Amino acid sequence: MQTPRWVPLLYLGPAVAVMAVACLYPVLSALQLGFYDWSMGTPWSDAKWQGLDAFSRALQDPAVWRSLRTTLLFASVSVAAEMMLGTALALALEGKVRGMAFFRTLFILPMMIAPIAVGLTWRYLFDAQFGLLNALIGTLGIEPLGWLANENLPFVAIVIADIWQWTPFVFIMMIAALANVDSAVIEAARVDGANWWQSTFLVKLPMIANVIAIALLMRTIDAFRVLEVIYVLTFGGPGDSTEILSLHIYKTAFVSQRLGSAAAISVLRWWWSRCCRGSR
Amino acid sequence: MSTANQRPPLVVAPHYGALVFLALCCIAPIVVMFATSLKLQTQIFNTGIEFIFTPTLQNYRDVLNESGFDRYLTNSLTVGVVSTAITLVLGCMAAYGLARFRFAGRKTIAYTTLLLRTVPLAVLAVPVFIWNQAGLVNSLGGLILLYVAVNLPFTIWLLYGFILQVPIELEEAAAIDGCGPVQVFCKVVLPLIKPGLAAASIFTFRIAWNEFILALVLIDCATRTLPVAASLYITDIGVAWGKIMALGSLIAIPPLIFTFIAARQIITGLTAGAVKG
Repeated sequence: MQTPRWVPLLYLGPAVAVMAVACLYPVLSALQLGFYDWSMGTPWSDAKWQGLDAFSRALQDPAVWRSLRTTLLFASVSVAAEMMLGTALALALEGKVRGMAFFRTLFILPMMIAPIAVGLTWRYLFDAQFGLLNALIGTLGIEPLGWLANENLPFVAIVIADIWQWTPFVFIMMIAALANVDSAVIEAARVDGANWWQSTFLVKLPMIANVIAIALLMRTIDAFRVLEVIYVLTFGGPGDSTEILSLHIYKTAFVSQRLGSAAAISVLRWWWSRCCRGSR
Repeated sequence: MSTANQRPPLVVAPHYGALVFLALCCIAPIVVMFATSLKLQTQIFNTGIEFIFTPTLQNYRDVLNESGFDRYLTNSLTVGVVSTAITLVLGCMAAYGLARFRFAGRKTIAYTTLLLRTVPLAVLAVPVFIWNQAGLVNSLGGLILLYVAVNLPFTIWLLYGFILQVPIELEEAAAIDGCGPVQVFCKVVLPLIKPGLAAASIFTFRIAWNEFILALVLIDCATRTLPVAASLYITDIGVAWGKIMALGSLIAIPPLIFTFIAARQIITGLTAGAVKG
């Protein structure tokens, strides 16, 4: 097709312009901000050039490394659990069942609810005194736990909330992928003598490998971007045990008012996650 | 489908049982949120599980009577609808451009778009907040612009997959019949990617409607949206649980409606790019 030169420009121009102005440009200006020492409220002319100081400080700051470690731990545990749980459930529950559409509708609900509402509801559920979870384990005779106040439990709490919200997503994707698997191939494997394990792990799963990869990629990207649920659930506490990097950036910028440092950290972090993506 | 997918009747009951159990797990917190919104503060602080209680609408009355509620609702609706509309228009055009045209810089744009998908909102919050203080972005328009920019990568990615499934022969036939390139796009391609458009609009609206952090950073009293208003109930004294759950339930209504009406579109949208056929 002979298309005039300006046609792609017409189609892509507006979208690219908006993304450049409102997404790319802020990120770049965050980068620029990282080179200056500046506090909110002071005029920009007072900003002192500090070169790579903020960046190297960020790289040496133990709080940054702790939050990075927390983020990595959170992302890997949550995503692994969601992928395994979602896939296992899909394998167990695939197949035509009447009313599946209704169930699927219910399974979408967790990810459609506002993350802030999710965070608030789980905060209520996890409450040490009147939360439902402690009431439930109380009926089993276990002492009430300080889900949000103990040493390690808050981390478990945020992982549980994330698993609740996103496992259905993985489940739905896997069910859809499995529905497209040609059952003739599975039957052929069975005829050839493969048992359930072999036909599942050596035949079925490789056939949906690209869907698994996409689900894994989407979940990983989003796990690193989590902020709102944790903001409401624990706000990084107690101490900084659940302070993932997004929250650390937010706190540095808006609570400590150290915008230059926050910008530096955030740029480092984005650059780092870019490298992870690029290496795939 | 061959017989390999049919289950013997003996297996069906546990199958349903498992599905029911999972469904209950999914909706349990949501039900809790809703139930709590119907309780008075004293009932909420009651330890132990109480399934039977006298519901009260007091929390909803308080929330709806809050002085700013109408404003917050209007703001949220405006931001949600407008940003969704703009994102759809720009997104489908861009997806079409990426899918059908070859031009210099195509790979760069595609790659950058994908990259922007990974930007955490906290990274955007800092510079945008500064612009806000400088008076540059202090309005709903700024928030809308941000939401469009943040949602475009995903929308483009989603619609790109749908457009690729439209056979190019259809477009060529239309071109031969005398349609200009724009007409080919509007009259041939757009109707065929309706499920994708539906899914994209639902996702975009959901993000714009539910979003909290950027709205928190960017707005003031006049432009406050509903999710931010909900966070105001978390005070230093304590959390007004009843009211917050009531507001949370109200905020959840549009996504709930979308879910029940358009579940199929949502799932199609989620899986279309990934699952071929």
